Amino acid sequence: MENQFDLSLTVNGVSYQREVDPRRLLSDFLRHDLGLTGTHVGCEHGVCGACTVLLDGAPVRSCLIFAPQAHEHEITTVEGLGTIDDMHPLQEAFREAHALQCGFCTPGFLTTLLPWLEEHPQPSEEEIREAISGNLCRCTGYQHIIDAVKLAAEKMAAG
Amino acid sequence: MKHKIIGKRVKRVEDPRLLTGGALFVDDVNLPNMLHAAFLRSDYAHARIKNIDTSQAKTIPGVVGVYTAEDMGDAWEPGPPLVSPPPTLENVIFNSRRQVPLVKDKVKHAGEIIAVVVAENRYIAEDAVEEISLEYEPLPAVVDLEKCLEPDSPLVHEDLDSNLAAHLIQQKGDYQKALATADLVIKKRFHLDRGAAAAMENRGLVVDWNEKDQHLMVWDATQSPIPIRNGMASRLGLRTHQVRVVAPFVGGGFGPKIMMFYAEEMVLPWLTRQLKRPVKWIEDRRENFYATTQEREQIHEVEMALSREGRILGIKQKIIHDTGAYDPYGLTTPLNTQSHSMGAYDVENYYSELTVVFTNKTIVTPVRGAGRPQGIFIVERMLDFAARELDLDPREIRRLNFIPPEAFPYNHEIIDQAFTDLVFDSGNYLPAYNKALEKIGYDKFIQEEQPRLRAEGKHVGIGVVPFIETTGVGPYEGARVAIEPSGKISAATGVGTQGQSHMTSFAQIIAEVLGVEVEDVSMVTGDTAEIHWGTGTFASRGAVVAGNAVNAAALDVRQKVLALASKVLKTPEDELELEGGQVRAADIPEQSISLGELAILANPFRGAVEPGTEPGLESTKYFGPAYGATAFGVHGMILEVDPETMMIKIHKYVTVEDCGTMLNPLVVEGQIHGGVSMGLGNCYYEKLHFDESGQLLNASLADYLIPSASEMPHIEVIHENTPAPNNALGTKGVGEAGAIPVPAAFMQALENALPEYNLEITETPLSPNRLYELLQKKERNK
Repeated sequence: MENQFDLSLTVNGVSYQREVDPRRLLSDFLRHDLGLTGTHVGCEHGVCGACTVLLDGAPVRSCLIFAPQAHEHEITTVEGLGTIDDMHPLQEAFREAHALQCGFCTPGFLTTLLPWLEEHPQPSEEEIREAISGNLCRCTGYQHIIDAVKLAAEKMAAG
Repeated sequence: MKHKIIGKRVKRVEDPRLLTGGALFVDDVNLPNMLHAAFLRSDYAHARIKNIDTSQAKTIPGVVGVYTAEDMGDAWEPGPPLVSPPPTLENVIFNSRRQVPLVKDKVKHAGEIIAVVVAENRYIAEDAVEEISLEYEPLPAVVDLEKCLEPDSPLVHEDLDSNLAAHLIQQKGDYQKALATADLVIKKRFHLDRGAAAAMENRGLVVDWNEKDQHLMVWDATQSPIPIRNGMASRLGLRTHQVRVVAPFVGGGFGPKIMMFYAEEMVLPWLTRQLKRPVKWIEDRRENFYATTQEREQIHEVEMALSREGRILGIKQKIIHDTGAYDPYGLTTPLNTQSHSMGAYDVENYYSELTVVFTNKTIVTPVRGAGRPQGIFIVERMLDFAARELDLDPREIRRLNFIPPEAFPYNHEIIDQAFTDLVFDSGNYLPAYNKALEKIGYDKFIQEEQPRLRAEGKHVGIGVVPFIETTGVGPYEGARVAIEPSGKISAATGVGTQGQSHMTSFAQIIAEVLGVEVEDVSMVTGDTAEIHWGTGTFASRGAVVAGNAVNAAALDVRQKVLALASKVLKTPEDELELEGGQVRAADIPEQSISLGELAILANPFRGAVEPGTEPGLESTKYFGPAYGATAFGVHGMILEVDPETMMIKIHKYVTVEDCGTMLNPLVVEGQIHGGVSMGLGNCYYEKLHFDESGQLLNASLADYLIPSASEMPHIEVIHENTPAPNNALGTKGVGEAGAIPVPAAFMQALENALPEYNLEITETPLSPNRLYELLQKKERNK
């Protein structure tokens, strides 16, 4: 193919070099080229937040970014947070508080919250509501997610 | 019976995979050699197709094919009628008009599919869609529910005389007689508008025809995998065993994913058989707004006849229900509206005339609540207006009219969505209602807080509304439960899962019955290879219908375990207990055998067995109720209106729910929370704006507002338990309950917050703009 972009980036600590179509979305690249399908795509116009990943530690919407824009950056997806046998305290808290039902939006909440909790180790309910107001969930009414964030803050503080 | 595992707040077994990105959703299926489909959809709501030219699109490198209705030949046929009209009612008019795979001559709603491109990737497929040239002759659109019935209205289906899709009358008692004795008659008109289900995962489909194996493999984000398998096989002339449909993890359903068959579900299986390659299509959000089914638009003319004391003597109602461009789902939704328009009340005389109309809008099928919120809205609003006219406390008029506990089972003498008698199996309404009033602090709010806050210039109001929900309807579901040689349990049911925690709550039932841990049960839902019969996940019926099938199968396996263990351990069955994956003689722990060892003994490799013996410790059972299980609940809220911005803040939200036996309270609470959020969307945020040409003006999540965490209140959930008398578990459904009473409670609270305007809200949804308009109208009339 002509006009391919030589992309090199790090995803969850692993370096990748790939040729991609310049218009390839980062979400499609992660999901379909790297097989990291934990990042979900809910609206493709940057509103729902399901596709949120961390780019150099900051949450971004991977459906609104072309893969070449991540060139020489570090990406973290939900697969980089923890494994089934060794979940991150935030993931553990989501399970304990029943903060997910269908689980489709969940990866975006986790990636949004991870850096935020580091900056807000003792968040109030109002702050949590504000922090997740850019992520849509249709199943939970957010209440158990808020419970989970409080629980995660406690777990993370306890180390 | 005292339960050890059922009713406990068990953590979900499905969560670790979902939390770590390891759960399979349909768009995660990527197969070698897979093609991608993209659809050309109509820009017009109503237009004749004059010409389609696909030649340019076909020249794009990477495009494998472009197809229109003509290309399908004899394979082109409309979708099946899913739900027939009620066979038990007389004088029913029902004009069945079903959706088509690809439009042949006339498009009937914006977003309807005209052509499909198949290409090596989705980017190319979407490019090629842009290159198809299409000549339309736009026609005037049918949009308004009343104008569409006028003689000069354009017709959605030109082979019909009018846009009438259906008509029927249901009645009990004699409304006219009740009217003659009434002290007060209230007449109101209501308009309830459309919303979207807006599951976070859009629809999607991967189909893979294997020519050598003569087998079709399908992954479909559907609520109803078994009927999809049956229909696909039938449409393709295959046997059902040649088709396997898997509904993997599905990212929310809320009703529209029960629709069968969407056009895409008709086109893709045909394509993979033509091309002998796997084909994937994943709906985007814009397509979801145009093509995925919607609900709730109805106009009601309602009369309520009352005595001076506030007793309801009768209700008369004329409903116009919008079914959109087609009516594949029959009358389920408006029948639910009829079933809920008497609410939780003892109403002797009821006359309900239903008219269903075709319009040039997206097809209507159930969305969480499925016609019930409209019914509850009508009856609760009417009671509020009646209480005002009669100068009664809104609480008193409700208490006066509740069906009393001794009246159950209460037969309403009309039919419900399942075409069986509308019978409320059980209930105890007054204590739950009083508890909600107490928890919301009704007296204190009215007597102290509201006067104080009003004096501070704040506009605060309270609303408390009871509701019933018919749940757990038939026809049936099944479950298969088997003990593996490892001692672990494999189980399956045909209902699909879209977040309802079936893998945990059904595992709890099995763990309870067989004395194993929840983690030892592997529960498969939504895979036609695992169980052959079933219908799907809808109508708040999973815990009732599938749950009781799971329970029956587990009990049968338990019986097999006891019979075999009794022989092996030489101990009478009634002295055996199942605990920790072992069967043991009570009080003699060393006299025991594991379930795994028994499973091996039950499937011998050599030797004779007794005639009539079935191998294995396995059972498949079905549960089909004669009629549903009726849940009950009460929602109360205290809200504040900002008179400058018209924005609403909900300060307190209380629900009392009674879904009988709970399998897992954590899950029940989660269902209520989510339902309330959709209900609040229906009150003040979520409205699909169709213009007079049938164009949807807000087809994005930026323009169609679903509640975020900022709009949601904290919700207190209180449980009551009136077990369902007609199923072994005593369960009633709760999946839709959260959404049903919210608009009625919200509008009551809003009117209470703005007493100086004397509002009578008879519409949903409102919005800040719309509330401002209503208040301005009142100002002008002052």
